[in-house]
Amino acid sequence: MTILAQAVQQIDVPQIAWGAISPELVLFGFGIVVLLLETAGRSRVGVSAFLTVVVLAAAALLGWRTGETLTALMVALAALATMALTLIWRDRPRMLSAILTALGFVGALAATGWQWAEYAGAATATVGSESFPIVGTATAIGDMVAVDGVALFTRFTVCIAGLLTIPLGYAYAESRRIHRGEYYPLLLFSATGMTLLASSADLIMVFISIEILSLSLYILTAFARRDLNSQEAAFKYFLLGAFSSALLLYGIAVTYGIAGTTNIAAAGAAFATLDAPQAMTLTAMGLLVVGFGFKTAIVPFHMWTPDVYQGAPTPVTGFMAAATKAAAFAAFARLFVGSFANLQWTWVPAIWVLAVATMLLGAILAVVQQDVKRMLGYSAVAHAGYVLLGLTAVTRDGVSSLLLYLLIYAVTSLGAFGVLSLLERRTRKAMALDDLRGVGRRYPVPAGMFALFLLSLAGIPGTAGFIAKFAVFRSAVEAGQILLVAAAVLSSLIAFFFYIRVIVVMFMDEEPAEAEFAAPLISTTGMSAGLAVAAAVVVVVGLVPGLLLDLARQAASFAG
Amino acid sequence: MDVPAGYYLILAAALFTVGLVGVLIRRSIIVMFMCVELMLNSVNLTFVTFGRVHGNLDGQVLSFFVMAVAAAEVTVGLALIVNLFRLKASTDADDVDGLRS
Repeated sequence: MTILAQAVQQIDVPQIAWGAISPELVLFGFGIVVLLLETAGRSRVGVSAFLTVVVLAAAALLGWRTGETLTALMVALAALATMALTLIWRDRPRMLSAILTALGFVGALAATGWQWAEYAGAATATVGSESFPIVGTATAIGDMVAVDGVALFTRFTVCIAGLLTIPLGYAYAESRRIHRGEYYPLLLFSATGMTLLASSADLIMVFISIEILSLSLYILTAFARRDLNSQEAAFKYFLLGAFSSALLLYGIAVTYGIAGTTNIAAAGAAFATLDAPQAMTLTAMGLLVVGFGFKTAIVPFHMWTPDVYQGAPTPVTGFMAAATKAAAFAAFARLFVGSFANLQWTWVPAIWVLAVATMLLGAILAVVQQDVKRMLGYSAVAHAGYVLLGLTAVTRDGVSSLLLYLLIYAVTSLGAFGVLSLLERRTRKAMALDDLRGVGRRYPVPAGMFALFLLSLAGIPGTAGFIAKFAVFRSAVEAGQILLVAAAVLSSLIAFFFYIRVIVVMFMDEEPAEAEFAAPLISTTGMSAGLAVAAAVVVVVGLVPGLLLDLARQAASFAG
Repeated sequence: MDVPAGYYLILAAALFTVGLVGVLIRRSIIVMFMCVELMLNSVNLTFVTFGRVHGNLDGQVLSFFVMAVAAAEVTVGLALIVNLFRLKASTDADDVDGLRS
C-alpha cells in the first residue's frame, strides 16, 4: 500500500478537464446505455435498475469527492429518467431507444449550451474598425481538445441534426423492417465522433474521431441488410473512406516528421517559421487536403458521394449529409484557416481550383440524374463547393459564414431527405423523378414542404438557404475572390434548374395511372413534427436571420 | 550497422505507393482491402521512423493508435464484405455496380 501511495505521489497526475468534452461524454454515455438496454432484451427493466443503482452510486461519489454537486445531480437525474422511461416503454424497445437517444442529444445540446454560456464574450475580435465579442478559447486534455466557437457551434449543428434524424427515421425504419437495436447507439456514436472531430486540436485526434464517425456510418449505411443497394453503398463508402483515411494519416505522419508534434497549432507555427524542406511541407498539406477532400466530398474526391447517398437508407443519408459535412468542414477550417493561415499562398490557390470544379461539376452532374436521392447527392457536392468559398476567404467572416452555411444546410437537407423517406414509405422503393409526378396535387402538404426545402437549397430569398449563401458569397467578395463568386453564381443558376424541375414535376405533371392503386401516404406524429420543425426553421431563419447571424459571428474563434 | 532514417522513409513511401496503386488498379475486393491495410502500416513505419528522428515517443504512441483503429476497421470491413458476398456471390469490385445514374 505504501509503495502504491509513493508511486501515486511520484507520478504527476494530470488534471483532466472533463467539462471540455462533456457533450461527447453525454452522447457516448447514452450510446452505451441504449446499447445495453437493447442487448438486454426482455430483462431490460432489471438491467436498467442495476445501471441506475451503479450510476447513482457513482454520482454520489463524484459529488462527495469533487464537490461538483450540480454535475452529480444531473447525472443522477439522467439515471432516474432512464429508469422511469424504461418502466414506461418496457414493451416497446425501439420507442424506448429512440426517446433515450433524443434525450442524449438534448443533454449534449444542454452541455454545449453551458459551455457556450461559460465562454461567450470572453474575447473580442476586431474586424476593420469594429470590435465585437466572440467566444473565448481554451484547450484541454493535453492540448488534444479545443473549446472554441467553431467547436461549440458545430456541436450544436451535429446535435440538432441528430435530434431531427430520430423522428424522421423511426417510421421509415419500421416500414422497411430494418428497425434493429443497433441503429440508435450507432447514431449516438457517430455523433460523438463528429463532435470530437469538430473540437480536435491535435491531428491524431482528428484521425481517431474521423474513424469513430466513419465506422459507425459504414454500418448505418449497410443497415438494410437484404438490400443490395445499401450493401453496395456501404462497401464503396467503406473502401473509399478507409483509403482517404490512409491518405490523411500519411499527411499527418509527414506533418509530424516536419514539426515533431501533431498539435495543430504547433504544426502551423512550425510550418510557417521553420525552413523545412518545402517539398515536404507541400506534400503534407497536399495529403491533408486530399484526405479532407474525400470526407467533405470535394471534386475530384467526390466519387463515393452519389452512390452512398443513393444506396443508404434515406434517414441515414440525411444525417450523413447534414452532420458529417459540418464536422469535417469544422476540422478542415480549424486546420487550414486557424493554423495554416500564414501559408495561404500555398493552399488557397489549390482550394480555389477545387472549389470551382466542385461547384460547377456538382451542379452539372445533378441535372442529368433521374434518381432523386442521387440528384440530392450531387447537389450536396455543389454545396460543399459553396462552403469552400468561406474557407478560401481565410477571414473571421469567412469562418462564421461557413459555420452558418453548414447549420442551415444541415436542417434543410435533413428536411428534404425526411420528406423523401416519407414518400418512400408509400412506394417502398427508391424515388425516381418520374415517381414524383402529380405528388403535389395528391399530397399538397408534404410536397409543399419538399418544395420549400428545395427552394432553400437553391437559395431563393425568403428562405434560410438564401441567408447562408449570401453570407458565404459576401465573405468571399470581401476577401477579393470575385471570380470564385462568379463561378458560384453560375453554379447556383444551374442548380436552380434542377431544383425547380422537381417542383414542376410534382405540381404540374399528371399523376401516372397506376398511382391510383398505390398505398396511401401515412405520416406519423414524429415524422410530421420533425418535418414541421425543419420547415419552420427554414422559414423563420429566412425571414429573421439576425440572431443566428450574430451567434455565427461570435463563433468564429479558434483555440491555439 | 547504422541505417539512415531516410531509407526507412523511402521504404515506407514505397509500401504506401504499392498500397495506393493496388487499391486503384486491383479489382478483387479482398486485395483492395489488403492494400488499404498496407497503406496504414506503411504510415506506421513512417511514424516510428520520425519518432526516432525527433527523439520523442510520440511517433511510437501514434502508431499504436493507428493499429487499434486499423483492427476496428478490419472487423467492420470484413463484415461488410461478407454480407455483400452473401447477396452477390462475388468478390469482384466490377460486379458491384448496381448504383448508376
